[in-house]
Amino acid sequence: MGWHMLTKRVIARLDIKGPHVVKGVRMEGLRQLGKPADFARRYYEQGADELLYLDIVANLYNREPDLEAIDVALAGVFVPVTVGGGVRTLKHIKALLRVGADKVAINTAAVLNPGLLTSAAAEFGASTLVLQLDAKWSELKERYEVYTHGGRERHDIDAIEWVRARSQHVAEVLVTSIDRDGTQSGPDLRIIEQVKTASSASVIAGGGIAHVDQAASAFDAGADAVAIATALHAGKVLLAKGPERIGAEMRTA
Amino acid sequence: MIAIVDYGAGNLGSVKRACEAVGAAAEVVSDPAALARAERIIFPGVGHAAAAMQALRDAGLEDALITAFDKGTPILAICLGAQLVLDRSEEGGTAGMEFVWGSARRFQLDDPALPVPHVGWNEVQVTQAHPLLAGLCYGDRLYFSHSYYPATIALRVYATTHYGIEFASAFGHRNLFAAQFHPEKSGPRGLDIIRRFSTWDGTC
Repeated sequence: MGWHMLTKRVIARLDIKGPHVVKGVRMEGLRQLGKPADFARRYYEQGADELLYLDIVANLYNREPDLEAIDVALAGVFVPVTVGGGVRTLKHIKALLRVGADKVAINTAAVLNPGLLTSAAAEFGASTLVLQLDAKWSELKERYEVYTHGGRERHDIDAIEWVRARSQHVAEVLVTSIDRDGTQSGPDLRIIEQVKTASSASVIAGGGIAHVDQAASAFDAGADAVAIATALHAGKVLLAKGPERIGAEMRTA
Repeated sequence: MIAIVDYGAGNLGSVKRACEAVGAAAEVVSDPAALARAERIIFPGVGHAAAAMQALRDAGLEDALITAFDKGTPILAICLGAQLVLDRSEEGGTAGMEFVWGSARRFQLDDPALPVPHVGWNEVQVTQAHPLLAGLCYGDRLYFSHSYYPATIALRVYATTHYGIEFASAFGHRNLFAAQFHPEKSGPRGLDIIRRFSTWDGTC
């Protein structure tokens, strides 16, 4: 450890569709759970280290980021918020930073327009950017592949090579295992290890984490942070403020 | 009224919101005349140092900030803003505003456990008392997100943080307080710093 004092982070993830927080299983079968502002405020007050606010259908419907909705949702949150969904231009990034986002996650556009990350890093700095990788294991090709549009579009791209090529432009890589998403069956440790090895940036691991021990295993596999959605929404995992800091301490309900 | 300097980049929404949360009136301004009138100034920033300095100069904001600093207006510089008050930055090899001796240097860490940028909650250890840090307790963690760190002389340092090396996470001079961490995004402990700034008279 030595000088390294940084704590591992626990990040509450909100998947957004229209005016609702939603959640599915393997990114399918989305259920409406409630208002984004209520969820955001609750997880902030419980002590989440950060929030993820991801409009998971914006690219599917070719929509722009909904700035007004984001402004309302984040009004009571004073920890970092990463906003994603429908981010396609430098203008989008600038507008999101003005409305209360601290970092911007890019998934679909990072595949379709590789130059976006480079120019965004030059204008806003790498520490503002998060590379969002939604990945699924391909039995056929025996590799992880990149998905976009909320898990609906498969690309013939090796996910790990993609991270290796892109991570220099971002502060963090958010890797979500589509196979584990919403299943509460524990993280895919193999993809976490591979992404960590390939990435020069910090790694946020998500998909399937529903227990403190599972978060610990993700950290052991190399994750710098974990993203939790289903288990938080279902009350299976609780966040609590540590005695001397706001940092989240997870416990299983 | 707190003027939040808008020079094109930065999480301005979060900074404004944090001011409002502690009951301080704040306005995002891009006009040098508005800085001249401001009671207090927050100089935020995320982005690229050389690009940011150019944008500041083009907008006439560099001169307005220098004038405000010289006449004693309390200034809170955050993250990239904190790096730009030094003499220079390695990021793009740009000159800074030279309010405080020192430079912004890139983390050179050969440890896979210490990725760059440095992102996350890290301990801020007060090394020299300052009114804005009076609410901070031993072991408190605040939020960081940066690839370059401020290097300055010990006399100007108010707090340090370890990430591979020990760097100045809070420093300043007279009516300037510069924070490498993000008080607007560091929960109640961070809001406490903003609250103290909103009534700070610029003396130490």
